[in-house]
Amino acid sequence: MRFLGYTLANEAEAPTEAPSPDLYEKMGRFVEEATKAGIIVATGGIAPTSEGARISLKSGEYTVVDGPFAEAKELVGGWALLECRDLPEAVEWSKRFLGVLGEGEVRVRPVSG
Amino acid sequence: MPDTDSTATIEAAYRVEFPKVVAVLASFTGDIALAEDLAQDALADALLQWPRDGTPHNPGAWLTAVGKRKAIDAFRRQRTLATKYAQIGRELQAHSALGDGDDATLDAVSSEEIDDDRVRLIFVACHPVLALPVRVALTLRLVGGLTVPEIARAYVVPEATVAQRIVRAKKAIARAGVPFEVPVGEDRLSRLGAVLEVIYLVFNEGYSATTGEDWVRPELCSEALRLGRVLAALVPDEPEVHGLVALMEIQSSRLRARTGPTGAPVLLLDQDRRTWDRLHIGRGETALARADELANTRGPYTLQAAIAACHARSFRPEETDWDELVALYTALARATPSPIVELNRAVAVSRASGPAEALALVDVLVGTATLERYHLLYSVRGDLLDRLGRHDEAAAEFERAAALATNGQERTLLSERARASRSTNAAGPGEG
Repeated sequence: MRFLGYTLANEAEAPTEAPSPDLYEKMGRFVEEATKAGIIVATGGIAPTSEGARISLKSGEYTVVDGPFAEAKELVGGWALLECRDLPEAVEWSKRFLGVLGEGEVRVRPVSG
Repeated sequence: MPDTDSTATIEAAYRVEFPKVVAVLASFTGDIALAEDLAQDALADALLQWPRDGTPHNPGAWLTAVGKRKAIDAFRRQRTLATKYAQIGRELQAHSALGDGDDATLDAVSSEEIDDDRVRLIFVACHPVLALPVRVALTLRLVGGLTVPEIARAYVVPEATVAQRIVRAKKAIARAGVPFEVPVGEDRLSRLGAVLEVIYLVFNEGYSATTGEDWVRPELCSEALRLGRVLAALVPDEPEVHGLVALMEIQSSRLRARTGPTGAPVLLLDQDRRTWDRLHIGRGETALARADELANTRGPYTLQAAIAACHARSFRPEETDWDELVALYTALARATPSPIVELNRAVAVSRASGPAEALALVDVLVGTATLERYHLLYSVRGDLLDRLGRHDEAAAEFERAAALATNGQERTLLSERARASRSTNAAGPGEG
């Protein structure tokens, strides 16, 4: 089963400086472990909304809004596509990820198809 | 902080850690059967202690430490194993931290050592002293961490059969005195071949189930793919490991397209290519490139991956580069001469140069005894005859293929093709 795990970030409170070398190293080790377990299929980060756009269609009218999207409180910060046997396994890996991060929130959702 | 982790949560953590824990314990005790028992004993302790004391920060280290302590207890009880005891005594001094099973304990063991233990375990589980089905069961259990009921369900065999196979495997390993090590030199290459064979066997059983009513069992495919990825991460310099991973990734990309709404098989050229999984294809191409980087000549898995990639690159069946495929199959037939490869080459030839030329190749195969009971031989021959307008003969071949097929869905498909050929013929010449 495939799961999309993603972290949520509030842009207003997002740290502006780069992660510490220590966190960077720990995260590298974690990714290595998960890769060796064969579960990571793809990973990535998502840039702040200021670098993106929002496209909508309503009553035949397209609206394109360039970022940032000030009203959004919860934004996806990074994501990973995992192949785990079931949800408890995906949860277990997410816990470990958070353990490396220190604190935060990860949401996991099964991906169909 | 008190932890209210439930049994299910603890079991999930255990499953994630199991392959590593068993590998380390097998290396520690030199006894695979004991290692698995110890890991399970450690789980029993975890189920008692974690809900009370909280799940440790490093569950794997905790389980391994408890397992090691239990190993020492077991060896103390069996004084006949004095040599092992002495060896463990020495190791104990090296890792004096064997205290209460806290997190620090196993941090003493580097992740490289755990990786080495895992590779050794894979090689032992796939040792040629074991019969192939036994190797498969043992690998899925110890390296993949599947439970006996999970393996039994995946293979549609009774749990007792799987349990027996695993017990037999452990006994055979002990009897043969199989060393817990990665072979070196020439031996390494042939043993690696045995490992890859087991993984691909698991994949294939998922990709085209030989028995039962399901045409595909995707969970076996993802298990094999995971095993392949684990191996590729642990032994990154072997080209054929990447070749096998590439092959499995690209074939996996077609899983969704391989079955129709009723679960019936859909053949490659009839598949809706828009449903092919681009992520798997991309990962497969990357692994294929890695294999090519590492070797001057392509091995059999890499060649098969190249064949799969060639199909994956064309969005429409008619854009398929059949000449390239004939070349790849010819190379594969040289690398691993086999009537099945010849059969596949004939299919490629039929597309590149027409059914008549291919039929000549297939007829040679019909004369050999090896493929006598292989249903796809008759299915391919039927297809070629159909394309040559010889519908009655085609129908007879499809019927023969249906009679030999052991998979229910496949049998239905072949019977339908037989009926279609008969009715095409009844409609008279000039059709199709």
